[in-house]
Amino acid sequence: MIDIRHISLPLTDDVVRSLKIGDSVMLSGCMYTARDAAHKRMIEGLDHGRELPFDIQNQTIFYVGPSPAKPGQIIGSAGPTTSYRMDPYTETLLDIGLKGMIGKGLRSQAVIDSIKKNTAVYFAAVGGAAALIAKSIISKELVAYEDLGPEAIYKLEVENFPVIVVIDCLGNCLYD
Amino acid sequence: MRSIDTITIKNTVKLLFIQSSYDIGDTMLGMLGKAKENEDNDTARYVLDQIIENDLIARNDQVPMCQDTGIAVVFLEIGNEVCFTGKPIEDAINQGVREAFEEAYLRKSIVDDPLFLRKNTNDNTPAVIHYEFTRGGNVRVTIAAKGFGSENMSQIRMMKPADGVEGVKSFVIECVRKAGPNPCPPIVVGVGIGGSFEKAAILSKKALTREIGERSEDREYRELEIELLNELNSLGIGPAGLKGKTTCLAVHINHFPTHIAGMPVAVNIGCHAYRHATTKI
Ligand code: SF4
Repeated sequence: MIDIRHISLPLTDDVVRSLKIGDSVMLSGCMYTARDAAHKRMIEGLDHGRELPFDIQNQTIFYVGPSPAKPGQIIGSAGPTTSYRMDPYTETLLDIGLKGMIGKGLRSQAVIDSIKKNTAVYFAAVGGAAALIAKSIISKELVAYEDLGPEAIYKLEVENFPVIVVIDCLGNCLYD
Repeated sequence: MRSIDTITIKNTVKLLFIQSSYDIGDTMLGMLGKAKENEDNDTARYVLDQIIENDLIARNDQVPMCQDTGIAVVFLEIGNEVCFTGKPIEDAINQGVREAFEEAYLRKSIVDDPLFLRKNTNDNTPAVIHYEFTRGGNVRVTIAAKGFGSENMSQIRMMKPADGVEGVKSFVIECVRKAGPNPCPPIVVGVGIGGSFEKAAILSKKALTREIGERSEDREYRELEIELLNELNSLGIGPAGLKGKTTCLAVHINHFPTHIAGMPVAVNIGCHAYRHATTKI
């Protein structure tokens, strides 16, 4: 059996420092969703001097574009999308306070360096385990960019959301 | 002649997309279970457990196994004794896709223009449709709901005849190694060899619609499928790319005659959310 750590969100520097690659973790607390289009809009906003639609300090972003919720569901299926597409925007967000990211797949060296510099962490959720992951999401609230449909930013409250540490704050990467 | 109202095609397309989005099927579940038994790394077993549990939840709750319910690809094999009545065939197929994605709460992931505006069409149409003409009085409808995490890791290369079997093998292996964790391993690899540039790509996509693990009918290609499967699994990428013995569940190769000067090879990667279905009308 695998050892599983339980951690609450938002993250703190102490918790981030204690996470090592390969750790299996259950996350509980709040996180924000954002993928390609939302990242593009956030960064363009910053470039034009606008604030982000939420306070990013110590927050965790989950790269996801869920399927539509069926009647009675909080959210549709909600697995991670491939993270490298967010790489061009990630350093900026880490520099202004982003602590955690949840996605799947490889990151650029620049992102790894920035994770190290900012004492942050990159978790992988199991790609394609979207119906399972949805069960750990207990509430969903629209934050911004509703017109982006599945790519809008939501605040999620989660309980025992399963992830694995893939890049830790020392810059170690489990995929290497 | 046998006449078929295209409403039958619409209904079939719709049903196949809904079923395959919710239900991975017993063959795939069996393969994932076996893969788990074969792993001795705890993380690999944990990941496979999550995938299996996910697929059971999707089937029981009738929800999509993955949030990326894909681009709709449809292969239509039309017998020469069939004549269609009713709406134009292309409209019927797109209507089937539209109804499936709307009524079954599947994610609409198609944008109208690939480069400039990229505005969502909001009904997951148009489908990518491949028509083939065969003999007889039947129509075979085959669908693939193709997620882009794996589609984006696919590659095509115009190889030299002198590259031979070793060349093909190293291209496929290089493609899977480069993809690493991105296409949600364990993957299924479709390989198309021969034809022209576009034919190889279509062959590789069609190879992915085979019942998982079904081998090529041709002995040499069958052996190559097995050899490649073993070599891909020795890469150690593992479930979710977190290391392990299960990187690939099956390799399917389709081939076609080609030009004396060339050997096009296409590698289409499919993820464990292997959503394919086929039926004969
Ligand atoms: S690659 Fe497949 S399993 Fe992974 S997120 Fe995309 S569609 Fe889902």
